[in-house]
Amino acid sequence: MCGTCGCSTPAPPVQTTANPATPDARDAGRDTVPVMEPLLAENDRQAAHNRAHLDAAGVVCVNLMSSPGAGKTTLLEATIKALGLTWRIGVIEGDLETETDAQRIRKAGAVAHQITTGTACHLDAAMVHRALHHLDLASLDLLVIENVGNLVCPACFDLGQHANAVLLSVPEGDDKPAKYPVMFRAADLVLLTKADLLATVGDFAPETAAAHVRALATGVPVVTLSARRPDSLTPWFHWLATLRETRHASGRKTGNAAARGSDSMAPRSGGPIGARIGVRGQ
Amino acid sequence: MHELTLCRHLLARVTRLAREREARAVTHVTVEVGPLSGVVPELLAQAFHVAKRGGAADTATLAIETPPPTVRCPQCGAENVVSPTRLTCPACGACRVDLLRGDGLILKSVDLSLDARPPS
Repeated sequence: MCGTCGCSTPAPPVQTTANPATPDARDAGRDTVPVMEPLLAENDRQAAHNRAHLDAAGVVCVNLMSSPGAGKTTLLEATIKALGLTWRIGVIEGDLETETDAQRIRKAGAVAHQITTGTACHLDAAMVHRALHHLDLASLDLLVIENVGNLVCPACFDLGQHANAVLLSVPEGDDKPAKYPVMFRAADLVLLTKADLLATVGDFAPETAAAHVRALATGVPVVTLSARRPDSLTPWFHWLATLRETRHASGRKTGNAAARGSDSMAPRSGGPIGARIGVRGQ
Repeated sequence: MHELTLCRHLLARVTRLAREREARAVTHVTVEVGPLSGVVPELLAQAFHVAKRGGAADTATLAIETPPPTVRCPQCGAENVVSPTRLTCPACGACRVDLLRGDGLILKSVDLSLDARPPS
């Protein structure tokens, strides 16, 4: 992929507006330099580069985030089973160790590349960029990045995705959006997974989880589903299809992460999509 | 957990700035870490203390500004400081608001120590 754009070579030094120290500062022996730059500016540049590759290949990319064990891989297996005949799906798996999840995805019938981060608690744009080299983007319609299971760190790193889907499984408790506001504020879609356990767990109320999400001033859809009940997955598939259509129709950047740097919390990509397909607050 | 990663980004940036300005050392760094940035200021400070050693910022101090989340409501126009877990408009209850401050993760300024040069 990068043979044609030259990005296999190290990124050029960041251009800055900083000038050499002024003679006055030199005389004083000290200088205070205003910078006002995002701390993750380098990652953001790499993410924009990744997104440009995805856009050029016409691939829509979703970053899947949750705590460990919320059912990301199981949801993907069910998604591949349901959509695999009509969608060409690729998955980048992020885990600290093992190739297990990539093997599960391949067994389900999709292309997968495993990133093992060692001790790193999140994926960053450079890791995803290296992974993109292992995939033939031109042969994909949908790329899902299954982030490292963690409700904290992954929310901070733009990977180049078009949208963020955040999973919250029923056994975790319906108060998680209040406890992890940064993660749930980054979501374009919230999926309440393992709904088949609602009766067993007993004290998880989907409407309470949705209310905690709403308190974060985000209008994104909140969908309740279970990978064990294929009919419950329809709103998720619908959201993916709408995201894909929106991407193809407009070619605009979507997704919270794509808008990093903007302070706007007003309508974002997930909101209008969710509103259109009517899955909000289920 | 990712504060050390952030520190490496931060130190690479300030080191480059020091080099561009032909500074002798970085003496002070000011960053803004909003409560909605996903970064814990205390952990960032600890990571900075460890990661700076042996580099251009070896003796540098770090100031972390943590402005509370502030929202402006496009419906009623109210501007309020709010809790990170309740960002809706406290005045009218609207759930679509503009976040003015609180999610920033910004390198604001860098203080450098320079070698004095004789006037040419």
